[in-house]
Amino acid sequence: MRVFGLNRRIIRVLLGSQYAHMLEYRAEIALWALSGVLPFIMLSVWSGSDARSGLGLDGSALDRYFLSAFLVRQFSVVWVVYAFEEDALLGRLSPYLLQPLHPLWRYVAAHLGEQLTRLPFAALIAAVFFAVQPQAFWVPSLGGFLLAWLATWMAFAIAFLFQSLIAALCFWSEKASALERLQFIPFLFLSGLLAPLTAFPPAVRAVAQWTPFPYLIDFPARVLAGQPVDLLAGFGAQLAWIVLLLPLVLLLWRAGVRRYSAMGA
Amino acid sequence: MIQVEGLSKIYRVAEKQPGLAGTLRHFVRRRTRDVTAVQDVSFRIEPGEMVGFLGANGAGKTTTLKMLCGLIHPSAGEVHVAGHRPQRRQAEFLRRITLVMGQKQQLLWDLPPMDSLRVNAAVYGIPDGVAQRRINELADLLELGEELTRPVRKLSLGQRMKAELLAALLHEPEVLFLDEPTLGLDVNAQARVRQFLAQYNRRTGATVLLTSHYMADITALCPRVLLIHQGRLFHDGPLEVLADQLAPEREVRLELESPVEADALAGLGRLEQLEGCDVRLLVPRDQLTAVVAQLLDRFPVRDLDVTDPPIEELIGGLFRQGRV
Ligand SMILES: Nc1ncnc2c1ncn2[C@@H]1O[C@H](COP(=O)(O)OP(=O)(O)O)[C@@H](O)[C@H]1O
Ligand SMILES: [Mg+2]
Repeated sequence: MRVFGLNRRIIRVLLGSQYAHMLEYRAEIALWALSGVLPFIMLSVWSGSDARSGLGLDGSALDRYFLSAFLVRQFSVVWVVYAFEEDALLGRLSPYLLQPLHPLWRYVAAHLGEQLTRLPFAALIAAVFFAVQPQAFWVPSLGGFLLAWLATWMAFAIAFLFQSLIAALCFWSEKASALERLQFIPFLFLSGLLAPLTAFPPAVRAVAQWTPFPYLIDFPARVLAGQPVDLLAGFGAQLAWIVLLLPLVLLLWRAGVRRYSAMGA
Repeated sequence: MIQVEGLSKIYRVAEKQPGLAGTLRHFVRRRTRDVTAVQDVSFRIEPGEMVGFLGANGAGKTTTLKMLCGLIHPSAGEVHVAGHRPQRRQAEFLRRITLVMGQKQQLLWDLPPMDSLRVNAAVYGIPDGVAQRRINELADLLELGEELTRPVRKLSLGQRMKAELLAALLHEPEVLFLDEPTLGLDVNAQARVRQFLAQYNRRTGATVLLTSHYMADITALCPRVLLIHQGRLFHDGPLEVLADQLAPEREVRLELESPVEADALAGLGRLEQLEGCDVRLLVPRDQLTAVVAQLLDRFPVRDLDVTDPPIEELIGGLFRQGRV
């Protein structure tokens, strides 16, 4: 039986092949992992003790927050727009559209395969971090870890759907992929990657709550770092964004494929 | 198996002047131009037929194939393939067809073809055992072996094309749409692919619609040809009828040890060029073997080459002479 066009065998084979595919790119992926150290640079910027208490993250809490932000980011990076552009350019999209499987599933599998490839590099960077900052070391409780994992995957789902929306717009104009670069700026500030959201004035925070950005890094990172967070509100917001984006993506994608077919594939 | 009635495709292309001003003007008021790629084409293809689709570059072959497999929507007309309307792209329909495009590929570049084959088997719901058996059989016919376990990027163009064919046929489609499947391959690989397609058709009874740049593909495979010119269907019938009109002669190129006089070549086809030791003759198809034998017999031949003029030229010639 198939759910959303998937069954267990398709999932297994698709994931297996995409993992193998991503392993071919392990050197590049290691570099990407390394290029994600922005949170550590920000940590050194914020690390004065006044700044720490100003953020409400005293002592090692700030170190843990930024390490968590790094890890969450590692496992929620999304590049559907780029993969989609390449497939459209190389003409792989046409055969995919003629197979009984939604093309987006291939991208989901590719991302999961990439995350698995990234895992050892991310772990290594975390280990180096603890070697340099031994006082920041902590082990989250099993429950906390599982919750953080769930929150990270939901963050990934939101980011994936959001970018799929942009990818679908590429059916209308190749320039749509510029939107992805455009949204990176608010993402950078409002996600919690540069600074915990507590660093911003209340007005900015109030606005940020209504965007998807804080649920991409700040919320999962706080769960992982073991800080007091409103779990219900956080997961509720994540779920709401997924429920909102999913039908939009499916509708826009279908309309896009129809347009692609009308224009000449 | 395939019914096409009054099929047309008009592409709407944006017309944009170059430069910033052009871009801005285009943004404010879009100007478009209509390109008629296929116009009022009708034909039927019965189950198991192998039909060649001929036409010069830009004639509308690829557009027609894309409409038949459902990748693009017709502007007008009706298409039925295997009892389905292709443009709906229902899973039930997709399982019964395949499209192979010579220059495009579905195999992942960095992985061995085997990985992509496993994915296809799962996507089409082919049980592992059955898939393995089909892979073995098809690989056998295609003379593919350890190539299936080497990354695609390390394969030659011919090996890659054969692997693409294997991937496209794993689900045993009943209808094959092949767009220039031998494009760019060397002569041996072309022959191999050709032979494979003939075997596949014989064994499975699949219906095949094939376009090609190479006349040899069509002559070897397709008893029936459709000739399309500027989007319109000009000929639908046995190849022989068309072949006589298209290419009544073949070109023989000779390189001799020593120069000859034109008189010496009398009765050996039509002399097209004579420059010292280099000779080009046009010889009627049915006299080819006899003429070549005589040439080898009478002259000190260093090199001899028989070629079919490219389809483009043949068709161009045909329309210039108003023979269709
Ligand atoms: N996507 C497209 N948009 C606009 N025009 C196109 C498109 N695809 C093909 N054409 C035009 O349609 C005509 C037929 O093209 P095509 O079907 O590719 O011919 P063939 O495959 O016989 O070479 C050509 O004039 C070509 O330029
Ligand atoms: Mg073509």
